[in-house]
Amino acid sequence: MSVLSTVVSQFINGLQSGSVYALIALGYSMVYGIIMLLNFAHGDIIMVGAYLVWITMSILGLPPAVGIIAAIVGCALLGVFIEKIAYTPLRKSPRLSLLITAIGVSFFLQNVAQLIMGAGSKTMPTIVSGPNVRLGSVNLSFVAIVTIVVALVSMAVLTILVQKTKMGKAMRAVSEDMGAAQLMGISVNKTISFTFAIGSALAGIGAVLYSCAYPQASPTMGGMLGLKAFVAAVLGGIGSIPGAMIGGFAIGVLEAFVSAVGLSVWKEGVVFAILILVLLIKPTGIMGREIKEKV
Amino acid sequence: MSKRDIREPFIPERDKGLTPTIECIGLGIDFGGLTAVDDFNFTLGRTEIGGLIGPNGAGKTTVFNLLTKVYQPTRGQMLLLGRDTKDMTTADANCAGIARTFQNIRLFKDLTVLENVLIGLHNEIHYTLPEAIFRLPRYWHAEKVARERAIDLLSIFNMQDMADDIAGSLPYGAQRRLEIVRALATNPTLLLLDEPAAGMNPSETAELMETIRHIRDMFKISILLIEHDMNLVMGICEGIAVLNYGRLIAKGTPEEIKNDPNVIEAYLGKKEC
Amino acid sequence: MKKKMVHIPMPWRYVINAAAIAVIFLIFMVLSSAGVITNYYSKILMLIGINMILAVSLNLATGYLGQLPLGHAGFMAVGAYASGIFMRTASGLPTGLAVLLSIIIAAVVAGIFGFLIGIPALRLKGDYLAIITLGFGEIIRVVLLNIDSVLGFNFTYGAASLKNIPKTTTFTVTFLCVVVVCFFIHTMMKSRQGRAILSIRENEIAAESCGIKTTYYKTMAFVASAAFAGVAGSLYAGYLGILNPANFGFMKSIEILVMVVLGGMGSMIGSLLSATVLSALPEMLRAFSDYRMVAYSLLLILVMIFKPSGLMGTYDFSFTRLFGGLLGKKTGDSTVGKESGE
Repeated sequence: MSVLSTVVSQFINGLQSGSVYALIALGYSMVYGIIMLLNFAHGDIIMVGAYLVWITMSILGLPPAVGIIAAIVGCALLGVFIEKIAYTPLRKSPRLSLLITAIGVSFFLQNVAQLIMGAGSKTMPTIVSGPNVRLGSVNLSFVAIVTIVVALVSMAVLTILVQKTKMGKAMRAVSEDMGAAQLMGISVNKTISFTFAIGSALAGIGAVLYSCAYPQASPTMGGMLGLKAFVAAVLGGIGSIPGAMIGGFAIGVLEAFVSAVGLSVWKEGVVFAILILVLLIKPTGIMGREIKEKV
Repeated sequence: MSKRDIREPFIPERDKGLTPTIECIGLGIDFGGLTAVDDFNFTLGRTEIGGLIGPNGAGKTTVFNLLTKVYQPTRGQMLLLGRDTKDMTTADANCAGIARTFQNIRLFKDLTVLENVLIGLHNEIHYTLPEAIFRLPRYWHAEKVARERAIDLLSIFNMQDMADDIAGSLPYGAQRRLEIVRALATNPTLLLLDEPAAGMNPSETAELMETIRHIRDMFKISILLIEHDMNLVMGICEGIAVLNYGRLIAKGTPEEIKNDPNVIEAYLGKKEC
Repeated sequence: MKKKMVHIPMPWRYVINAAAIAVIFLIFMVLSSAGVITNYYSKILMLIGINMILAVSLNLATGYLGQLPLGHAGFMAVGAYASGIFMRTASGLPTGLAVLLSIIIAAVVAGIFGFLIGIPALRLKGDYLAIITLGFGEIIRVVLLNIDSVLGFNFTYGAASLKNIPKTTTFTVTFLCVVVVCFFIHTMMKSRQGRAILSIRENEIAAESCGIKTTYYKTMAFVASAAFAGVAGSLYAGYLGILNPANFGFMKSIEILVMVVLGGMGSMIGSLLSATVLSALPEMLRAFSDYRMVAYSLLLILVMIFKPSGLMGTYDFSFTRLFGGLLGKKTGDSTVGKESGE
């Protein structure tokens, strides 16, 4: 019984961190789907989101709800801003230039954060709190449940948005064929900005949830977090929304179990090993589609 | 006129008795559920200039991609000089003697004209990496020979003066010609030309026609071309194969093809009444 | 020939280049013995040299082969640790020999890793290749960090750092390594093998249909790139005397990439120049160290937006051309292509 309850509680732990990975992975996937860019700066948007929560709550003393909204709106605006300033001028450039620009933006965000906030980490205030829930012999933390529920709801909303709304249809059209979408009267610029806004807003939600679980904010926190979420996106099939969710949960659960068996120092190694295996066996991930160059 | 059986090989009189350059037997390829080419039976004589025609989307370029092993066939067999080409890669197919040009030009754009040809000569140049790094005599000798050969090849199209120009900066027609030179540099037994006259004016096309013939006579190779310009096809091809919806619908001499009702139907549609 | 070019015959080109390099070296030596180049500056010069090797080696894979590996620091790490572990045990050998051996060992070990990683990684293209090499680079770091605890003996010392490596890297050694690596890469790129590598960058499908076995040449370029990164790692080990896996993370790979990109992908002189500037600047700007990295990242973004081909494009400098230019002639081996001269 105790083994089972350990497994269950580790599984829930995994789902909790997996939820955060999944939300961030969605941002990578959506952006890749629409402009074929590995947005390396995405992880750092989470860092900005976490600092926004910290500023609104710890400095300005505002209630958690304001902090959450600040993070989501702030991240969405930042995402659109980055897209307009750094990526739009490069839309016709080689993909490599775009990728390097994304790396540059990532660097920039980290260093500006360090300049303003200092290199040390800030302790995050409590955002949500509540009683633990007992489920048989398993003790579930309130934060874990909230995280998983919020992630699932966000994903459901996103799916409806992409599948059922006019904007969602435009997003799918632009990612299929930008030129043709433009000829059909879809505003490509608006659609891409919207995609960045949604992806970054999800990163904002991810930042809040992450801060609940690991109440520390530092300029480089987005680095490894972003990389892992990115691995999740690749695992699920980059460009695919359900893939990003599956990938995120898979990475989270895997990490939890690797740590549970006492190999926590190898956690990152295992994540990257999974990445390599996926790329070698099925580079398009679990849900991705293969694209072949036309000769 | 009696209709030729399209399953029968068709090669010019003078090449009979020699192993054909290529022999396709029931070649076919599917993409997912879609059959792009099916039951492709085709023979090309050793010094034949052949034509592959058909409406857009008939599968002509797919046939080229099958011949050059860019795609592996789903069924059927392809013999190159009597040798089975199963398991060959694109590079192997080139080493075995198949060279090609591309419908959408694929030059090494940022390199010079000369470098493009030298890359074509890659497998004709012999020295090892250490010999190159330490610049041993074999390197100097092989490079000198290769350069002279490259200039010779360029002079077929009178392009020797452009040797130092960047390939991507050449006018369109010159780029098409350079692709042919690069293909010739690989010392092929079969040269595949994918729409060589695309974008050329009538006088350029006439000149190209002469050059293709000249290349065949000079190098004693077979040439297969895809072309929409019927003057060119009818003017130089000895045998023509017509594809429609991935299947051969006719095969024969230009005269036979011109009068073949199937071909006329494929190009112009079925006659009413 | 349309453009009339005066050709400086081959043996003379070697003489010119060798003389130019010797003169530069002598200037440094004289300045050093005159006390103009202090110990501090000599350290910066060594760091510049190490970064130069890193940049030109990555340029081989990025600029010439046209792939984007994001794990270059991993190969540097492998070379550094191989060399460091060797040097700690090779105290009996004469220093010169030990240094030479350590560099060769580093190159070979890093080259082997390049081969092992290149075989699977090079099956992928573009973004996927970037991601998988990033993964391999991170795994190398994690392994270096934790291998001792798994194997149960002291090998890399993990997070506690590999200490007490003899500080054998001198300015002369670094200078020689830079010259040799640049010479190797240069002559390699001017051969049929080099052209094959360039053709893959230009158009892989066309390269294959020219009979070039692309996998073979991709692997060749990748292994050479890794091996030269190993050389830089070896110098780095002998320069710092202490190695920690944290020095070889993803950020280090990016730093090297930035040098190549800013210099202009495919331009060796560009890599050399930007390695110089980007290694020297942080030292010069110590007072502004807070703003340094911000400026650095802004520079990267701006260069990409306004001059995506890098500051030097694919232009390559040549002593021969300079020499010819001083004589009032336009020189260059017209048959070599855009990077004329040696």
